[in-house]
Amino acid sequence: MTWPAVLSLAAGTYLVRLTGLLLRGRVRVPAHVERYFDLGATALLLALVAVSTFTQDGGFAGWARPLGVLVGAVAAWRRVPFVLVVIIAAGTTALLRLAGLP
Amino acid sequence: MRSLDRTTGDVRDALALAVAVGVVGVSFGALATAAGVPLPLTVAMSLLVLAGGAQFLAVAVIAAGGSPVAAVAGGLLLNLRHLPFGLAVANVVGDRWPARVLGAHLLIDEVVAFSRARGSGARARRAYWTSGILLAAFWNAGTVLGVVAGSAIPDPGVFGVDAAFPAALLALLLPSLRRSDTRRVGLAAAVIAVATSPFLAPGLPVLAGLLGLGAAGRRRTT
Repeated sequence: MTWPAVLSLAAGTYLVRLTGLLLRGRVRVPAHVERYFDLGATALLLALVAVSTFTQDGGFAGWARPLGVLVGAVAAWRRVPFVLVVIIAAGTTALLRLAGLP
Repeated sequence: MRSLDRTTGDVRDALALAVAVGVVGVSFGALATAAGVPLPLTVAMSLLVLAGGAQFLAVAVIAAGGSPVAAVAGGLLLNLRHLPFGLAVANVVGDRWPARVLGAHLLIDEVVAFSRARGSGARARRAYWTSGILLAAFWNAGTVLGVVAGSAIPDPGVFGVDAAFPAALLALLLPSLRRSDTRRVGLAAAVIAVATSPFLAPGLPVLAGLLGLGAAGRRRTT
């Protein structure tokens, strides 16, 4: 890693983040387009959830992680407090790994 | 009183997320150091890039013998999703310049989800800044700790933090999934992203998830 690399990555990332914020103020959009901004964010977040649950470096992440996420999701669905959901998911995966599941 | 309770609850929830972020920050610091990245560069990365996925990817590219250009390109590709996230939370961040300038830097996946789970009013705005500042603080403190502790740090996989993030995001998204159009779009996005992940460069599968918008249907239905 070099300074120019770190600074370009930082500047590029910042510009991407700022662009989204500024674009929204720039253009007046009709309500039905606004709905797609909203749905688009959910689509990206769920895509992120799916990819980070099941994959690691383009391959399958192993069973311990998706099972931990599943147990956490069920807990969230049963309205368990958020803090516990995080702990339950991590704890389940940690225990499964301790038991030898990758 | 009720709103005070809610604020305390929001801070507690943000803190839980921040602790998990801190643990991953520690592992980032340790990993970057093991990969031969000097301390100032590692710390500067966490401070200025403030995007875990891109930072891990960039260090991995370098560690595997790739060029800095490839590391930057890969990291930026992974971060492109922040543009549509900006569109979605712009109302919450507000249109005053100081808020935009600082708010843009705090635009982190978990912060977006955390804030959106609290609507789009004053509570969502407080949630954005609270979680943004806490996550940034823990990420950076964790990084420094990881650099200092170095190889004494165990693999964070042992603690299962890699399961904590998707589970937390899912928990934050659950209420919005009560709407049937959101559910259709989300499911399609998840399937598309996972199905394309063996073939596409990191970052692109998540962006491909936007194709899930095709399942939105014409009108909002509940």
